[in-house]
Amino acid sequence: MSVPQDRKYLESHEWHQVAGDIVTIGITQIAADELTDITYVKLPSVGAKVAANAAFGEIESVKTTSDLYSGVGGTVTAINTELNNNPGLVNSDPFGKGWMIKVKVSDANPLAMLLSAEDYFKKTGH
Amino acid sequence: MLKRTPLHDFHISCGAKMVDFAGWEMPILYRGIVEEHQQTRTSGSLFDVSHMGRIHITGPGAVKLLDKILTRNVSQQRVGQSRYSLVCNPAGGVLDDVIVSKNPKHWLVVCNASNRDKILRHIIEVRDACEFDAEISDRTESTAMVAAQGPAVVDLMSEALDMDIKSIKRYGFESGTYMMSRFTLFRSGYTGEDGVEIIVSSGTAQNMVKSLSGEMSKPDAPIRPAGLGARDTLRLEAGMSLYGHELTESVDPISAGLSWAVDLGKDFIGVEQLRVIAGNGPAKKLVGLELRGPRIARQGSTVKSGSAQIGEVTSGTFSPTLQQSIAMAYVDARHATEGQSVEIDLRGSIAAARVVPLPFYKRAK
Repeated sequence: MSVPQDRKYLESHEWHQVAGDIVTIGITQIAADELTDITYVKLPSVGAKVAANAAFGEIESVKTTSDLYSGVGGTVTAINTELNNNPGLVNSDPFGKGWMIKVKVSDANPLAMLLSAEDYFKKTGH
Repeated sequence: MLKRTPLHDFHISCGAKMVDFAGWEMPILYRGIVEEHQQTRTSGSLFDVSHMGRIHITGPGAVKLLDKILTRNVSQQRVGQSRYSLVCNPAGGVLDDVIVSKNPKHWLVVCNASNRDKILRHIIEVRDACEFDAEISDRTESTAMVAAQGPAVVDLMSEALDMDIKSIKRYGFESGTYMMSRFTLFRSGYTGEDGVEIIVSSGTAQNMVKSLSGEMSKPDAPIRPAGLGARDTLRLEAGMSLYGHELTESVDPISAGLSWAVDLGKDFIGVEQLRVIAGNGPAKKLVGLELRGPRIARQGSTVKSGSAQIGEVTSGTFSPTLQQSIAMAYVDARHATEGQSVEIDLRGSIAAARVVPLPFYKRAK
C-alpha cells in the first residue's frame, strides 16, 4: 500500500500536507480501509481553532466511529463540504478528493514533530 | 493461536480481510461491507459460519435434557425440523440463542461461537445434575458450515446440489450427497433473505468452495463471498438479535420480543422467572429506531426522552437498503410504542429518532 512521501503523519492515521502557511489534513488509505464504508464525517466550522494533537472532528463508518486528530494547531480556513453529500470520497480517494480541513498555522515548521511516510508505515505495522 | 475454519485458504484466495472473532480467524469483508450487503439482497452471498458451535445430543434422555434447557418444547418437533430457541439461566437471562434440529438419530444444537464452551458446560452440568441418559459431543471442528443467502440462491443451489430446495419448508432440512459425501441442508439463515445453511465434512467443504471459487471471484457472479461485516448489517436490517448485543445474561427473552420462542407452559430452567415477567409485562422492551440524519448510534449510546434516560442502544448501522440510520435499543416499556419520538446521545451530540416496528427490512415474498 502506498503512503505518499509529500506529507507527514500522525500514528492515528491523519496525513498533513503543507503549502505556505496552510496545512491540509485528511486520513490515510490504511485508515479508510480499516474503517470500511464511510457514512459521515463531522468537521469543524471555518474559523474554528484546532489544537495540535487534539480531536477536530469525527468519522463514522458502517463499522465504527472514530475521532479525527490534527497534528498542528491553528485556524480552520476551509473544510471539504463535498464530504457532506459524499463521505465515500474518503474511501475512494483519501489522499486527494477525500481531504478534510485546511488549517492556517503560525509555526514556521509546523510538521516537524510528525511522522515521515516511512515511519508512519512502520508504526502502523503494515 | 486463533482457530481457522476449513475454508481459511478459500478466504485468503478471495482477498478476505481476516479478524479475530470469538477466537476464530474469520473474514470481516472481501470487497466491502456495503457491496457485500447489496450483493446478498439482490442476488446471493456465501458466508463461512463454521465458527458456530455444532453440538450433537443422542440417547434416550436427549428429549428430556433439551426440554429442560430450551425455552421451546422439543417433544413436538419432527425429524427434519429446526427451531429457534433460547437457553436461559434460572433468573430468565439468556445464556445463548440456538437452532435445534431433530435428525433421525441425533439432535443438533447450533450455538454462537462466543458461547460454545459455556453452552457445552451447561448442557453437561444439567445432564449430570438431572441424571439424564444422553451423550453430548462437540462436532464443531470436524465439520464446516456455510450459509448461502439471497434471492438467487435457492434456484442455483438446487441445480448445483441436484436437490429440490423449494420443496423444503422454511426451518426444514434435508440430507443430500455431494461428491460422495453427505451434507445437511437447512432452509434458514440470518440475513432476512431466503437461502440455505449447509453442514458438511471439512474436506468436502474445501472441495466444494474450490470448485466454486473461480466462478465466485467474477464481479458478475450470482453468488459471491461475504464476510461477518455484511452479515451484521443484514441481520440488523432484518431485526434479528445478536448475542452480546440484544441478548445477554442480564436480558430475558420476553423483553427481547422473543415470546414466540418461549413455551411458558412447560418446565425449563428460568421458566418461573419468565412467567412473572410475562405476567407483569417487561419493564424494558427491544425496539427499532430510525434516526434523523446520517449519524450512527452504537452499542451503549443512551436513549433519552427530554432529560430523562429511558434506554440504551444495542446495535446500530447505516442501513444500505433503506439508506437510513437505524438502531435497536432497549427502552422503558412506556416509551416503546410505535412513532414515539426519542433522542439518542451520540458521543455528546443529540440525534432525533423515532420508534419503528421491527424488522426494518422484509423481503418481497
